Amino acid sequence: MSEVIVITSGKGGVGKTTTTANLGVGLAMRDKRVVLVDTDTGLRNLDLLLGLENRIMYDLIDVTEGRVPYKKALVRHKKYETLFLLPTSQVKDKSAVNPEQLVKLCDELRKEFDYILIDCPAGIEQGFQTAIAGADCAIVVTMPEISAVRDADKIIGELNRADKDSIKLIVNRIRPQMVEKGDMLDMDDINDILSIDCIGQVPDDEKVVTSTNRGEPVIAMNDSLAGQAYRNIVGRICGEKIPFMDFPKDTFFTRLKRVFGIQ
Amino acid sequence: MLEALMKIFGKEKKSSREIARNRLKVVLVHDRASISPEVLDNMKDEIIKVVSKYVVINKNDMEISLANDDDSVALVANIPVSRMKHG
Ligand SMILES: Nc1ncnc2c1ncn2[C@@H]1O[C@H](COP(=O)(O)OP(=O)(O)OP(=O)(O)O)[C@@H](O)[C@H]1O
Ligand SMILES: [Mg+2]
Repeated sequence: MSEVIVITSGKGGVGKTTTTANLGVGLAMRDKRVVLVDTDTGLRNLDLLLGLENRIMYDLIDVTEGRVPYKKALVRHKKYETLFLLPTSQVKDKSAVNPEQLVKLCDELRKEFDYILIDCPAGIEQGFQTAIAGADCAIVVTMPEISAVRDADKIIGELNRADKDSIKLIVNRIRPQMVEKGDMLDMDDINDILSIDCIGQVPDDEKVVTSTNRGEPVIAMNDSLAGQAYRNIVGRICGEKIPFMDFPKDTFFTRLKRVFGIQ
Repeated sequence: MLEALMKIFGKEKKSSREIARNRLKVVLVHDRASISPEVLDNMKDEIIKVVSKYVVINKNDMEISLANDDDSVALVANIPVSRMKHG
């Protein structure tokens, strides 16, 4: 049985594409057949995060407009052989695809794949409506920041309106030391405010930046906290019960280390 | 003096986390209910009708709004009473 999951947020830049790339790699590491569909037409990035930018021949619009069958537009990942990307066009805009076309595409993809992850554009306009159209469930990514949480609430309302009732939350870019000092909302606060089940909390991690530079999602790095967080989320998506991770505390020794520039 | 002590123990004021939590709760009630000024006005008129049966009020100074009380959100109506009605 396959699942179509849309990764969305409302607010821009909170980590939708990063999440899509990491969950895709993580599911493929478990030998699931996965396709990632970039619906951020005009602002495509998912190809870069996966290191596949030089291998694109056709795109989503070629498929929805019937120029090529979807299989011709899929780009297979070099390392993870069950992972595919369906890139979008960098020159067209959001009006180039409509919700009906995406529903039809998702139904075709279901025949071949276990997971279909859709990277949604920011906002609540047409691009969003198209991205969610074919989805069975949604992952809403937010950040511990009031404007991002407010936008997440708005998106949850829009998802409900579209009868998408299976919604999970990821809180991205948590800074444990700020939470500890009482200067940042934590996952429980946001959970409480939005009343949506959390499926993960991802710390702010420099390794996300370096791994993005390389085009190799951080989930494959064993020594990264964010990578561990993403692996946990993948486990939960696969139905495992995994407790939420404790972030390392800001202790006297970690402060001392910082002062002396270790770490 | 006490204030200085409180400062040392870090209790001098609400943490920004708490403030964020409370502000969000209020703004989301507004967002979700999407109470338009119109609806708020209608509600105000009806409240005035009911309350006026029992007391004489100063309609123009009446205020109605959503507010947050530490951990909950309340609909607050401020209705200046001129005098009670008798019988
Ligand atoms: N956990 C994290 N730690 C550190 N940096 C992060 C983390 N998550 C995301 N970022 C960084 O935040 C930026 C935005 O991430 P990303 O592009 O995934 O967001 P997005 O929601 O897809 O944005 P858009 O709305 O523009 O599509 C990127 O530079 C990314 O590297
Ligand atoms: Mg993106």
